[in-house]
Amino acid sequence: MLSVSSHLTTYLIIALVLFVMGIYGMVRHRSFMGMLISTELILCGASINFMAFNRFVLPDPAIGQVFTLFIMGLAAAEAAIVVSFILAVYRKYHTDDPSAVHDLRH
Amino acid sequence: MSTYYFIAEALFFAFVILTFMGAILAVRARLLMHAVLGLAVCLLGVAGLYFYLGSIFLTMMQILIYVGAICILMVFGVMVGYTPQEIAESNFKGKNRFLAVAASFTGFFLLLIPLLRATFTPALEITGDFSLPWLGETLLYRYCMAFELISVVLLAAIIGAIILATGGRES
Repeated sequence: MLSVSSHLTTYLIIALVLFVMGIYGMVRHRSFMGMLISTELILCGASINFMAFNRFVLPDPAIGQVFTLFIMGLAAAEAAIVVSFILAVYRKYHTDDPSAVHDLRH
Repeated sequence: MSTYYFIAEALFFAFVILTFMGAILAVRARLLMHAVLGLAVCLLGVAGLYFYLGSIFLTMMQILIYVGAICILMVFGVMVGYTPQEIAESNFKGKNRFLAVAASFTGFFLLLIPLLRATFTPALEITGDFSLPWLGETLLYRYCMAFELISVVLLAAIIGAIILATGGRES
C-alpha cells in the first residue's frame, strides 16, 4: 500500500514550497532579522531535499543525515554571526533597514 | 492495518500543514516576534517530516538545535537589539511586494517543471541503515575532515560573534 508520505515527489514539493517562501521573505522583508528568518527557511528546504533523496534514492542512508547535520551546524554559526552583526549595525546606525546601511556606497 | 495507515497519513498532513502555516507566519507576520514564533512552528513541522523520512535522531537534533538554540538566539537578538517600541510596531514597509511575488513564482515554476519531469531510480542495494551507530561511524570515519572543519567554523563564528557584539572596529 503506497501512500502520500512514501513518495519522493511529495517531499521535494514540500521542500520547494519552503524554499520559495524563503525567497519571498528574503525579498519582502525590510529588516535584517526578517531576512535571517527567511534564510533559515531556505536552508530548511535544502535539508528536506537532502533527507528525501537520502531516504528514497541513496544506497547509504547515513550520508544524507550527515549532510543535514552539517547544514544545521552551518545554520547555527550563521545565525550567531548575523545576530551579533545586527546588534553591531543597530548600535552604529540606529536602524534595522538594510537600505539605510550604505557607508560603502559612496 | 489500514487504520494505522490512515492515522499515519493524517499525522503526516498535520506536520505538512504545521510547516506551511509556520512558514507563512514567518514571512508574512507584521511583528518580528510573531515571525520568530512562526519560524519555530515551521521548524517543529520539519522535525516531524524528518521523522517520516526515517531519522529519529535528526528529529531530535532539529528540535534541539533549530527550535531550542537558533530560535531562542533570535528571540534574544530581537529583545536585546530593538527598542520596545520597534518590537511592538510593524516591520513591513511593503515596497518590494510585486518583486517578491514575481521572484517566488518564477523560482517555483522553474524548479517545479524539472522536478515533475525527472525520474529518480532507487539504489539497487542498500549498504547501510538508519541506526545511530552507523551514522556515528560514517561521521567520524568517512566525513571526519568535514566534521573537524565544521567545529573550526563554529569556533570562528563564536569568536567573531563575540568580537562583533562587544564593540567591533570602533573600540
